[in-house]
Amino acid sequence: MRRGKTPVPNAAASRTRTLPLAAALREATLAALVAFGLFFFLIGLHTDQGPTGALMVTTRFDSLALMVGVVFVGAFIRALLFGRGPIGLGRALPIWLAPAVAKAGRYVGPALLGFALLVPVLFYHNRYVLDLGILVLTYVMLGWGLNIVVGLAGLLDLGYVAFYAVGAYSYALLSTHFGLSFWICLPLAGILAAFWGVLLGFPVLRLRGDYLAIVTLAFGEIIRLVLLNWQDLTGGPNGITSIPRPSFFGLPFVDGEGGFAAAFGLEFSPTHRVVFLFYLILALALITNWVTIRMRRLPIGRAWEAMREDEIACRSLGINTTNTKLTAFAMGAMFGGIAGSFFATRQGFISPESFVFGESALILAIVVLGGMGSQIGVAVAALVMLGGFELFRELDQYRMLVFGGAMVAIMIWRPRGLVASREPSLYLAERRAVPQALVEQGRG
Amino acid sequence: MEYFFQQLINGVTLGSIYGLIAIGYTMVYGIIGMINFAHGDIFMVGGFIALIAFLALVAIGVTAVPLALFLVLLLAMGLTALYGWTVERFAYRPLRHSYRLAPLISAIGMSIILQNYVQIAQGARVKPLPPLVEGGYTLLSKDDFVVQLSNVQIIVVVTTLILLAGFSWLVARTRLGRDMRACEQDLKMASLLGVDIDRTISLTFVIGAALASVAGIMYLLYYGVVDFYIGFVAGVKAFTAAVLGGIGSLPGAVLGGLLIGLIETFWSAYFSIEYKDVAAFSVLIVVLIFLPTGILGRPEVEKV
Repeated sequence: MRRGKTPVPNAAASRTRTLPLAAALREATLAALVAFGLFFFLIGLHTDQGPTGALMVTTRFDSLALMVGVVFVGAFIRALLFGRGPIGLGRALPIWLAPAVAKAGRYVGPALLGFALLVPVLFYHNRYVLDLGILVLTYVMLGWGLNIVVGLAGLLDLGYVAFYAVGAYSYALLSTHFGLSFWICLPLAGILAAFWGVLLGFPVLRLRGDYLAIVTLAFGEIIRLVLLNWQDLTGGPNGITSIPRPSFFGLPFVDGEGGFAAAFGLEFSPTHRVVFLFYLILALALITNWVTIRMRRLPIGRAWEAMREDEIACRSLGINTTNTKLTAFAMGAMFGGIAGSFFATRQGFISPESFVFGESALILAIVVLGGMGSQIGVAVAALVMLGGFELFRELDQYRMLVFGGAMVAIMIWRPRGLVASREPSLYLAERRAVPQALVEQGRG
Repeated sequence: MEYFFQQLINGVTLGSIYGLIAIGYTMVYGIIGMINFAHGDIFMVGGFIALIAFLALVAIGVTAVPLALFLVLLLAMGLTALYGWTVERFAYRPLRHSYRLAPLISAIGMSIILQNYVQIAQGARVKPLPPLVEGGYTLLSKDDFVVQLSNVQIIVVVTTLILLAGFSWLVARTRLGRDMRACEQDLKMASLLGVDIDRTISLTFVIGAALASVAGIMYLLYYGVVDFYIGFVAGVKAFTAAVLGGIGSLPGAVLGGLLIGLIETFWSAYFSIEYKDVAAFSVLIVVLIFLPTGILGRPEVEKV
């Protein structure tokens, strides 16, 4: 079905007519009634196993009243401020502001990179920060990998974690069974994951966007279920343990003769390995970024973006969309696989638990929030999300709720993500960012 | 042979549940062309509301099973329909004119919200319910193997049939059904001809959610457990059913549901129970590759 253009932002201003007090009260009461209906059974009542093992119902009307009250007040304020129309929170940056932001944006990247390089120096004695940094960088790399598929080629992949799993299990199996070193397995894992990407991509190329999404989801689940049930090979739910740790290009991080510390005349410290892992994942992520930026300038990268904008037009111009999609899948999968083998060597232990759909959704959320197609946006989104999770650690059970909410909210208010403008790769006289409202994603 | 008959009965029961969920997918896809990813979780919410409503009814002294079941059915259908309405109103309606993947991403977000909301509100543990409806009929018995048709299975299949009949009547004979069919053919033209498309789409979600909640109740009766995660797997399988039957086609959704139920049951019975989900997901991939329009679907014409 053909969709119209997104309404131009200034229309929002005329629609935000406020309601008079009485009408606002009526709206709020209605909203509170709906909330009462929604929350009565699921929040107002709680089921728990009683002493006999049978389920017992206990009431929790205070929480229910709180929720309904919050909805009432929220709906009242909304009706007073915005009326019935959409909440007009800056749908896009004003046009005149865009160049200024773009200029500032040029310094964000180098600043972040400089900070990342300094983290191990600044926080050398803070193991927690280093571990968090490694985690964030892993997701930055995964986000950049998925960005090739979703952001550049416009193919929604809900099973990205499958390639991450392929990479992790490739390294774990090759190193524990054949004793291959990390540096040989790293490219091998990438190649194997890319191979799986092509294998999946080949049959599903004919599918349109949302069918493709569901098939990739099914594929991700199949991989996980096979890993879970093929006990002889993968150890099933117990996973694979004692995966070899990486060495400094052949020098293991051990105390005593022949170790990294001895070779460089340093005192042995377990932090060396953590710092090395930090720089390793930073380098891998930067390679991903660099390859993506270079690819965007190649004909294949241009074809990806053209396909995202309009697949039919793309075909009409003689671009082979089959190859274009396959390369996007393979590239994205390869970086996922490399990140996976890094994950395996860092953890030393992997199990199917790490490769559930929630991980795919998290990586997708990072790409979506960052602004599909924007490299710096993805990095910032990964930092904000994972950093945010750490800040609100006590609220651990709410974190998935928050990011589900963030996905919906971003789609409603900034459907192009936080960094929404697009940098043209070809321009005539001056380089101008394309503002969000003028960018329409194709129907491919 | 007896074993085969028993599996056939089980498969049809399971297939009825999938069919009820699949209708929600197929209706929404037919009208606004989006995959309502949160639909499986609406089914889960329906199951939870039914469970809690039943326990609450027992707590206040309604212990007659038929009466309790009837009240639970009404409550769960009504409240789950409210969930369907709310989800559409908040997460999908503002995106109706956005780009194609936006509603899908929003729906994934909604699915995550619903799952975690139920997990936080009611706990992550599996919720067991003692069997409410017991007994059944022995259809065949040979040597030491008996073919059983339990009362629960009869309830599941009969309820599905009644709802399907009612729903087909609604689509074919009522004003709302006509509006729905008009919207399915051409949303813009329907709105030009005076069909209130916002209302029609809302009601489509409401009806889909109500049917999914019935599926939730049936699941609860049949398996006796619910947990916050059942919506994801059941949702993907029901979507597979909708695609297999031909997305947009109502009889197709039911047919697809039955086929998926049978495939899953027979796979577990004759091959391996661990890989039953793999079998269902593989069917999805194979169908989309070789039969993208499904069994009863119409080919979609791509227009520029």
